[in-house]
Amino acid sequence: MSIRERLSGNEAVATAMKQINPDVVAAYPITPSTEIPQYFSNFVANGTVDTHFIPVESEHSAMSACIGASSAGARVMTATSSQGLALMYEMLNIASGLRLPIVISVANRAISAPLNIHNDHSDSMGVRDSGFIQLYCENNQEAYDNAIMAVKIAEKAKLPVMVCFDGFITSHSIENIELLEDEKVKSFVGDFNPEEYLLDETRNISIGPLDLQKDFFRHRAILSKAMVDSKEIIKEVSDEFYKISSRKYDFIEKYKMDDAIFGIVALNSTCGTIKETIDELREEGIKIGLVKPRCFRPLPQNELADSLKGLKALAVMDKADSINGFSGPLYSEVTSALFKNNVCVPSVNYIYGLGGVDVTKENIKKVCYDLVNIAKKGKSELDLQYLGLEEE
Amino acid sequence: MAYNLKEVLNKKVRLSSGHRMCAGCGAPTVVRNVLRALDDEHNAVISCATGCLEVSTCIYPYTAWKNCSFIHTAFENASATLSGAIEAYNALKEKGKVKKETKFIGFGGDGGTLDIGLQSLSGAMERGHDIAYFCYDNGAYMNTGTQRSSSTPHFADTTTSPAGKEVPGKMQRRKDLTEIMSKNNTVYVAQTALVGNLKDLHDKSEKAIYTEGPTYVSVLSPCPRGWGYDPSDLSVISKLAVDTCFWPLYEIENGVYTVTYKPANKLPVEEFLKMQKRFKHLFKPENRWMIDEIQKEVDEKWNFLLEQEKNTHKDNA
Repeated sequence: MSIRERLSGNEAVATAMKQINPDVVAAYPITPSTEIPQYFSNFVANGTVDTHFIPVESEHSAMSACIGASSAGARVMTATSSQGLALMYEMLNIASGLRLPIVISVANRAISAPLNIHNDHSDSMGVRDSGFIQLYCENNQEAYDNAIMAVKIAEKAKLPVMVCFDGFITSHSIENIELLEDEKVKSFVGDFNPEEYLLDETRNISIGPLDLQKDFFRHRAILSKAMVDSKEIIKEVSDEFYKISSRKYDFIEKYKMDDAIFGIVALNSTCGTIKETIDELREEGIKIGLVKPRCFRPLPQNELADSLKGLKALAVMDKADSINGFSGPLYSEVTSALFKNNVCVPSVNYIYGLGGVDVTKENIKKVCYDLVNIAKKGKSELDLQYLGLEEE
Repeated sequence: MAYNLKEVLNKKVRLSSGHRMCAGCGAPTVVRNVLRALDDEHNAVISCATGCLEVSTCIYPYTAWKNCSFIHTAFENASATLSGAIEAYNALKEKGKVKKETKFIGFGGDGGTLDIGLQSLSGAMERGHDIAYFCYDNGAYMNTGTQRSSSTPHFADTTTSPAGKEVPGKMQRRKDLTEIMSKNNTVYVAQTALVGNLKDLHDKSEKAIYTEGPTYVSVLSPCPRGWGYDPSDLSVISKLAVDTCFWPLYEIENGVYTVTYKPANKLPVEEFLKMQKRFKHLFKPENRWMIDEIQKEVDEKWNFLLEQEKNTHKDNA
């Protein structure tokens, strides 16, 4: 029997970590993910877990210690947000380059400057090409479930995994969720037995060499292939998780897309608002649906193209700006996936909610009416839009 | 057991020959002999900062590290990486997954230790991990072509503190990390060099590795390219560094200072300086004041150490 609980997103993730009982956790406080190492330190202090907790002096050292521990043969987890993730950037690439199955939970927060502690996705989008599998979560339940699945995905794919959920909106809001029993989680994640590790008593190894040109290129290509191959692993692990939880996870979640002629693509908690707005718009007779990528790395290009083909108009909502004179990151990738798969849909990109600005149902309705106009014209004349931006 | 160089040389080799360090470089000699302080029965995990040592000893698909496991991740984080490795060891040992006695040892140059790696080192020491960190200090960023570091000696000519018409080399004194580390929860701190039969290096390495808790040792590691001396003079130049007291040999155990070598005849510092191209400009008549200034600094530090030795031994008597 699953356990019904009322937990914040951070508490849910910390609870998942408690049930996983990793060998090592190294973390540094940063709003809004701080509570995760706080809750976890309590588990350590009270002997609820066997984990060795390393209260490092920076996020750079947090990821470095995770890499050291993972290389040594330990199951390793950490958490951070925003500037912390930015400070880790160098080490994120090394974690994936060394093929270490480290799991990091990211309570998404804006990147400075100006300083802002509230939610957007500029932190995890800023490290989207660091070789981490990225899973995005709409709510507390998904943050909990993905944290558990991430361990297994990481260890099978030999790639680090980043579980992203919205700072404050998800990390600090209390929701009803269903927890799995400790024993079920324990047997789901199983034992961690790496093939190669520093502390292997049967042989010594060297990790992190200098690669000259040809070896470097080959190793990077192998890394990239591991990301492609991780799709199959994510599917397997998600199917296995369904069996113990009855909760189904795919690469993308489709909401009322079956008969939709308008579509929105968005990530994380905003999808809750979008779903509710879609219900109201459908009452007005507008056939609109939502595609919510759960998996952004690897990019589910075929699933995106399949789900969006045939639409008369498409809106991609980015809670991060690429500041590239063109679009946000999600739009660039979704439209590339469509182009690659010969799907042509008139589309528009909205940047919204930067620094935690609320996105309302009115905002989503505006997006929908824009789509209706685009469909009437048969083409999009809208360049990058800033949704819900208030003039000074 | 009394120190016997011949016996020590018969111990397990952990850094094998065939690496690509320059002839006359101090670093590989430092590393080989530090690791000879390990009990042959014990395993070791070595964490290395990016630098000459790392790029010359582990080029895929080869490694010069044997009878130990080796990890390099980046420049500034050898200590943080080691923190993770030892906590993994502690966790896996509790679970019975590893059994062998294993020692955790860090190596970094002065750039990776005194500059970019200082935060990571300080954090690891403060947290009290049972690790031994060795800085092979050659006084500049030698791997990238002799740029000044905070360990570069006063007035030395480097590629980013060149001796010019207006500015005669590096205008700042060395950062004294050994002293800093002694105030950083570090249970054993020492400074040593490649002198004589290497007893000083061996004894301090053994203490650092086998004293429980975080320990730090700074080893003078001459660099023929950066310093400008003949590669065959490695031991000569090391000896002059300690006989002039430019590089005093001492240790601090639980706050108690011991000067482990007091030259019978303390030589003027110019004896050490004159062998090196990086100090060539100091020997122009108009630059004599710079040598005098360095001598003053050397004397100050030496007197400070003798004073500390006297006072701390008295306090503990």
